[in-house]
Amino acid sequence: MFPIFGFDAFSVLIFAPALFALLVLLLPSNKWLARIVTLAASLIVGAIAVAVFFTYQQQAPADGGYLVAPAVPWFELIGATWHLGVDGVSAAMVLLTGILTPLAVLVSWEVEDRPKTHLALLLLFETGCMGVFVAMDLMVFFLFYELSLVPMYFLINQWGGPKREYASTKFMIYSIGGTLGMLLATQLIGFSTGTFDIATIAATWPQLAADQPVFLGMSVATVKALAFIGFFVAFCIKVPVWPFHTWLPDAHGEAPTAGSMLLAGVMLKLGAYGFVRLVVPFFPDVWIANIPLLGINVATMFAILAMLGIVLGAFAAYGQNDIKRLVAYSSVNHMGFVAIGLAVMALLYGQAWELAQTGSVLAADAAQNAIIATNGAVLQMFNHGLSSAAMFLLAGGIYHKTHTRDIREYGGLWVKAPVFGAIFIFTSMASLGLPGLNGFVSEFLVVRGAFPVFTVITLISMIGLLFTGNYILKGVRTVLHGPLNMHWKDYNLELERHELVAIAPLMALMLITGLVPNWILTVINSSVTGIFSVFMG
Amino acid sequence: MMVDFNSVDFLPWLVPVGPLLAFLIISLATNRAKPEPASSLVYGGFRPPYGDLGVPVATSWSRILSITVGISGVVMSLLVSWRLVFTATATKDFGEVVFGSSVDWLSLGSLPAFQMGVLVDPLNSAMLFMVPLAVLCIFIYSIGYMAHDPRQSRFFALISLFAGAMLTLVVADNLLLLFVGWEVMGLCSYLLIGFWYEKDTAYKAAIKAFTTTRVADVLMLLGIAYLYAETGTLSFREILYNPAVLEALAGKEALLFGGFGLSAAGLIGIFLVIGTIGKSAQFPLHLWLPDAMQGPTPVSAMIHAAAMVSAGIYAILRMYPVFAAGGDPHHGIFTAPLLLMAVVGAFTALFAATMAVAQNDVKAVLAYSTISQLGFMMAALGIGAYIAAAFHLITHAFFKALLFMASGSVIHAMEHGEHHAHEHHAPAHGIGGGADPHDAHSHDAHAEHGHDAHHDAHDSHAFDPQDMRNMGGLDKKIPVTYWTFLAGGLSLAGFPLITAGFWSKDEILADAWLGTTEGFGPHALVFVMLAVAAFMTAFYTMRQIGLTFKGEARTEPAQHAGLGGQYDIISQTMQLPLIILTPFALFAGFVGVPKDFPIFGSIFASEHNPFKYFVIESLHPVLHFEAPAFNWFPVLVSFAVALGGIYLGYRMYWVKPLKAGEEDPMIKILGGDLYTTLQRRYYMDELYVLLFVQPSQWISRQVNEFVDKGIIDSVLHGIARFFTWVGDLTKVLNAWLIDGVGDGIPRWIFQAGGWLRGAQTGKVQQYLLVVLIAAVVIGVIFALTAGAVTAQ
Repeated sequence: MFPIFGFDAFSVLIFAPALFALLVLLLPSNKWLARIVTLAASLIVGAIAVAVFFTYQQQAPADGGYLVAPAVPWFELIGATWHLGVDGVSAAMVLLTGILTPLAVLVSWEVEDRPKTHLALLLLFETGCMGVFVAMDLMVFFLFYELSLVPMYFLINQWGGPKREYASTKFMIYSIGGTLGMLLATQLIGFSTGTFDIATIAATWPQLAADQPVFLGMSVATVKALAFIGFFVAFCIKVPVWPFHTWLPDAHGEAPTAGSMLLAGVMLKLGAYGFVRLVVPFFPDVWIANIPLLGINVATMFAILAMLGIVLGAFAAYGQNDIKRLVAYSSVNHMGFVAIGLAVMALLYGQAWELAQTGSVLAADAAQNAIIATNGAVLQMFNHGLSSAAMFLLAGGIYHKTHTRDIREYGGLWVKAPVFGAIFIFTSMASLGLPGLNGFVSEFLVVRGAFPVFTVITLISMIGLLFTGNYILKGVRTVLHGPLNMHWKDYNLELERHELVAIAPLMALMLITGLVPNWILTVINSSVTGIFSVFMG
Repeated sequence: MMVDFNSVDFLPWLVPVGPLLAFLIISLATNRAKPEPASSLVYGGFRPPYGDLGVPVATSWSRILSITVGISGVVMSLLVSWRLVFTATATKDFGEVVFGSSVDWLSLGSLPAFQMGVLVDPLNSAMLFMVPLAVLCIFIYSIGYMAHDPRQSRFFALISLFAGAMLTLVVADNLLLLFVGWEVMGLCSYLLIGFWYEKDTAYKAAIKAFTTTRVADVLMLLGIAYLYAETGTLSFREILYNPAVLEALAGKEALLFGGFGLSAAGLIGIFLVIGTIGKSAQFPLHLWLPDAMQGPTPVSAMIHAAAMVSAGIYAILRMYPVFAAGGDPHHGIFTAPLLLMAVVGAFTALFAATMAVAQNDVKAVLAYSTISQLGFMMAALGIGAYIAAAFHLITHAFFKALLFMASGSVIHAMEHGEHHAHEHHAPAHGIGGGADPHDAHSHDAHAEHGHDAHHDAHDSHAFDPQDMRNMGGLDKKIPVTYWTFLAGGLSLAGFPLITAGFWSKDEILADAWLGTTEGFGPHALVFVMLAVAAFMTAFYTMRQIGLTFKGEARTEPAQHAGLGGQYDIISQTMQLPLIILTPFALFAGFVGVPKDFPIFGSIFASEHNPFKYFVIESLHPVLHFEAPAFNWFPVLVSFAVALGGIYLGYRMYWVKPLKAGEEDPMIKILGGDLYTTLQRRYYMDELYVLLFVQPSQWISRQVNEFVDKGIIDSVLHGIARFFTWVGDLTKVLNAWLIDGVGDGIPRWIFQAGGWLRGAQTGKVQQYLLVVLIAAVVIGVIFALTAGAVTAQ
């Protein structure tokens, strides 16, 4: 990867936002100065992210593997190294983070209260997310995974809505609670394998023989199961997978607009990314193990939880009267599709691994199902990042102007705000998965990949897809349709210029990804295919 | 790949480009409005309570530019499409040879990428002839019809997108692109049905349309995914032109339902048919279509004729070999999807016709007739009458577009009459010399309805310009509309020999009869139900024309009805499309005359039935249809039902036209209860609210209140409370212990504890503990159980 001032681009991606955050904090208290500097900083980081993505696209190894920066010793005592790199999946996530952060910065120009700190926290958050996405070492991964929580906590806690105390505390405790198990699991794995290198662990850790006593007198199977649960719960909370989702509507609902955008757009992806990068490759044997009382394997259980997220998330969204909570529940619904795609990936990866132990390979159509579902899941992560950020931008904008989130108090706003209305419908349709826009491609791929594998579960999930339509239409109807609520007749509800500038790139990306998905899918696909080709001989 | 748009292989890409570009240009550039006081504005007959609030109204130059851009887009499509159609008809072995090209679209795994492309073959050539023509007529019509609307520019943007989506669907070479057009059209119909979104009936109808079709669409999506999983492709040519793929599909047991003897092709087929049931408004998903007339009338024409509902039937025509795979309806072997189509189609044809009989809204009659006619096509497809269905699709599109626009013209005339009637009674009204609409030469849109502003709101809402009971005698007021309406109506009624509707309907009945004579049950069912439905169609069409145009004017607005003067641009743009479509509604049927039909056969089909011979080539290698030998019986039945229905309607509504204040004779014949039941659509709306809407709202509430807040959050809060209690207990214990032991350091510890506990909300530690304990408990359980298994 290309160097920047002698540092590798990945380290720059991590440290530049943090240093810029520091710079912003040290600036004299002029809100416009802070806004401009932060925007410029996030644009620079964004440009590097874009460059990283396209460099990967040009220089990717044929097997879709990593482009790495040389590893630097770090925490040698426990065997951790400062080891960074990207493959297609992480390149897509880096790109997403790089794009969304400047837009969030732009939108947070609406913040008048302590703008400097607010803006600096957004940059700090970017550091956390970038760190996770480029980490190739488990300790580095964990470090930044935790780091990303802190700025988000303060954003909600300090700049949030009326119930911000409750929401931020719930968010923090829930997330910390999840990562505690993950820390434990990380240590377990590091201790057992003697390394924190993710690729090495993925190759060696599943191969640890089950009969060999390793750790604290427990069998390997128990150790693996414990480690699995540590990761599984942590990432389930973050995605969020039903029933670990109740922190999300509160946090999203109360967070300031930029916070919601990044929370939904980027932070949820950390969880899904954790599944792709860690949980699936580390635990193929656990995924296909049966859960005794239920009589199904772990991957199927995961698919069932995903299905519940899709269906119940859609119902819950439909039942909301708070615009931001409605959009928040739509994330539960949409991330359910990511989860179901990951469940297919996990199951077939597990089966492929098991077959590889006896020297055979997965049937070609099963492998194709797995690849398509995984492609769909990763693309859905990217797409949900775009559409949920755009939805929160609009919902936050209208909240900022009307000071209410109760959709029953809106009504007929389209006539006051024609541009807002058109963009609201466009974004809603992207969120709904209208063919021609981005969400459809990924949902189709997930459904295509999952249907032959989890037939009944996919069939039931279609109820959720149906109700996606219902809550989206409910949102459009209550905000835009009907005669204007004359309470707003003297308000200016139209999108402001900086909001328009912020949402325009999102709309363009939604349309382009819907029409020509291959601009990003080739990159994702090469790495996803690479992950499975390990067992294809 | 060199792209050369002179080559017919690349030309299909350009078919939808014109309208899509028009949509972009209008939305981004030419749709400009300036605020005007709302007091003088009407949104589709509805006046929102805005007072003099400033609301955006499209400026005159924006209207003119948007109209120009929109129409240019369609004209471009028309030229490209017709060039393709004429090249196609002149191409030898067209069908085996097709025009098309594709690009890599989606890389999946290491296999070749998913191809996205376009295709022109005989089947969609027929569509490419019809769709742009009908759409162009609708666009021209919209110039006049929407001239007073404050949002005319937006309207042109949306119908351009609508047209672009339909054309995309038509030229698609794979099911996925077809689905893209399908859904974008769904969006456009949603936006256009709800175009006058201030009106609650409008946005409710829009939501209903979108939701109902989405029920079907998600299942169709599943069908597409399944088909893709089974065949590894969605390309029409690769699947449908390939007997090996079809055989494999028919031979493979279906997922999930394989136990019922269903093949993969069968299950895929059922999913896709359900998609069409939603889109083409077949029972039980037909409820959205009658409500869809809440949109402006050009939209109704678009939905009912040129685009939306036709797309449903077109999709089935397109994918027909999948439905028929493993069966042969011509020899009495029916697959599950075919049976489903035959039964649903035949039932819907008759069911909708019964409701049409009792409607009083001029557009509602047409809406039910659309449902019924689509049922004809569906049933025809179910019994293997592929060509007949395609033929009826085309002829129906022409006469139904004509009828809808003519009915819009009737409504417009009635609205004018209403204004005039008011003028008459209250000449003192009117602002700043509001012009008499009859003399309004100017196309300055907003001024024209201006004089209307001061009317009492009650007056304008009490009168329903769409209610046929308020009409009568319009044939003398709007003769052009009358004659064209009559032409379209006779075609719908299937008036023998000289109308297009006759030829296509007759062909369906002929095919059904052929199967009946061989003893196939579904054919017999279809034949009987369609014959009865055809009779009712003829009857209610004559009832409609009689009520609308015949006799004397029954109300004052009808007395004064008119489209404006001869030189009025509104009047002209609304009548021109009617005149253009009339010859098609009458004579388009001659392209599909059976060869051995007496006299007509020798004139129009000297070698063979031209339409059939052309379209059949689409499916050359996989399906073979023998031309049924000419049989007098179905032809006589066609004659009898059409003429019988027409005669009955003529006797009841033309000979003795309804007089003012008189009751519809239907009420006496049917009895009040049955009449009301029909008019209320068998109360199915109410039933659906009870069965689906209310339960889903209830479930939504429960998921929020009971599951999320009740169970999940209560458990969290409950554990939190438990630890608060433990914490308090410890505190009390400590206090007691500490008090017993002494002061000093212990007091400091206590204070520190209190400070910690009070940090933030005081709940931080509680939650932390909760999650920790929960994680540990779950962890132990999982570890024990999962560990036990992996150890085995």
